[in-house]
Amino acid sequence: MRYMVIVKANQDTENGVLPTEQELAEMGAFNEELVKAGVMLAGEGLHPSSAGARIRFDGEGGTTVVDGPFAETKELIAGFWILEVSSREEVLQWMRKAPFRNAELEVRQVFSPDDFGDALTPELRAQEERQRATAAAQHGA
Amino acid sequence: MSAEIHRVVDAVWRMESAKLISALTRVTGDIGLAEELAQDALVAALERWPESGVPDRPGAWLMATAKHRAVDAFRRAQLHERRTAELGRELRAQESAEPDWAAALDEVVEDDVLRLIFIACHPVLSREARVALTLRLVGGLTVDEIARAFLVAEPTVAQRIVRAKRTLTAARVPFEMPAGEQFTARLGSVLEVIYLIFNEGYAATAGEDWVRPALCREAMRLGRILAELTPGESEVHGLVALMEIQASRLPARVGPTGNPVLLPDQDRARWDRVLIGRGLAALDRAARTGGALGPYALQAAIGACHARAGSVEDTDWVRIAALYEALAQRSPSPVVELNRAVAVSRAYGPAAGLELVDALVGVPALRDYHLLPSVRGDLLLQLGRRDEARAEFERAASSTRNERERALLLTRAAECAASG
Repeated sequence: MRYMVIVKANQDTENGVLPTEQELAEMGAFNEELVKAGVMLAGEGLHPSSAGARIRFDGEGGTTVVDGPFAETKELIAGFWILEVSSREEVLQWMRKAPFRNAELEVRQVFSPDDFGDALTPELRAQEERQRATAAAQHGA
Repeated sequence: MSAEIHRVVDAVWRMESAKLISALTRVTGDIGLAEELAQDALVAALERWPESGVPDRPGAWLMATAKHRAVDAFRRAQLHERRTAELGRELRAQESAEPDWAAALDEVVEDDVLRLIFIACHPVLSREARVALTLRLVGGLTVDEIARAFLVAEPTVAQRIVRAKRTLTAARVPFEMPAGEQFTARLGSVLEVIYLIFNEGYAATAGEDWVRPALCREAMRLGRILAELTPGESEVHGLVALMEIQASRLPARVGPTGNPVLLPDQDRARWDRVLIGRGLAALDRAARTGGALGPYALQAAIGACHARAGSVEDTDWVRIAALYEALAQRSPSPVVELNRAVAVSRAYGPAAGLELVDALVGVPALRDYHLLPSVRGDLLLQLGRRDEARAEFERAASSTRNERERALLLTRAAECAASG
């Protein structure tokens, strides 16, 4: 199953304060660990919202572009990872190791219509059994 | 609460078990003992964490616990040896000093996991044993999970793993990195095991399901781990690229009723763009790493042509035909040749393809392979040779074991007759 880990913005990220050399090194080591474990699909840091924009759809086919920055810092994001893991607990355990100090992460499962569920778990078995039953019905068995 | 702890322990095990078992194998020299010690630590976690809470560094906790058990096990073995010596023979002049396992386990040895992978895929083991042992020791899957994934009974898998460990002990397989030519050969066995796991997920040979995505994901995880451990090996990146690109099509590979949907009929909007991007990057890495592309990278390059194309018509068939030719030279096989014929017919017309297919008629390996008459029928039909085409579709229908495919082939045969 695939998860997006969202790094919430704060005053520093919104002010464009760059990470120190040590912070960069720690984050580099953490990312390396994720890559070496085969779980990291993607991950990026974002520029402050002052460099971004929002597009509003008015419901009548019209659009308005609103330039950043945006005020509600806590609602903004500063970066993300996309991880492929076997359970929600696994992504949580990975992210507990992330080298943050004052920060908040949000973990969200990526929706996939064809996701057959948790890798090799009872849920998958239940689903397989349903599919098997369906297949048997179709074969007239 | 205990179910919650169970899930956390499972997750930590999945993240840490390969590192744990490989470090323990390095110091004890015994893969079976190493797995037992790691298991003991896991059981200890299940007992302790519900009360103490999950430690801040669960991996380090497991390692420390396993370390204590290792030292205990060594002392017990030593005591036993001493008693046996007192009973029977003379006491040995020099009692072996207790090795500093605790210190040895603190060492971080980058290649431990790679050595573990090489052992699990050792050629003294049968293919089935390699697959089971790799999923168990490197993937951290439970015996039950492996059994379910391969639709075999749990005791069968348990037996397979026990026997595999015994075989490794009997053969005195050392925990070391193969060198020189050995390295390439052993790496080939590792790649084969990973691709076997992937393929069992991609085109399941057992059970009612056409695909088992969880197995594909597991193989891809193993491949990605291996790629970071052996960054200089072109074929490792080639295999990773091949798996990422093939897996990108999984969402489009199954129809609404669970029926297989083959590449030309797939809805390309459903292909997984994240995996395609990763596959293309891995292929690029394979190309940059060294020399001519190997068989896995060539197959990945063929997959990349499809991944880049918006439709069957937009596909670079000339390039695909050339890649199949290179593949046929590197690892010749009638199946590759048949695929090449299809690509050639797309690139240069049905007559050119038919020429290659005709050369394959009568090849023993393809005698019962329904795709040969099916492809031949298709090319004959394109050339307007309807009667011959119908005979080929009928022949193909009689040799496929898949009901859905048989029905499809008979429909095509009937169409030849109807409009002919």
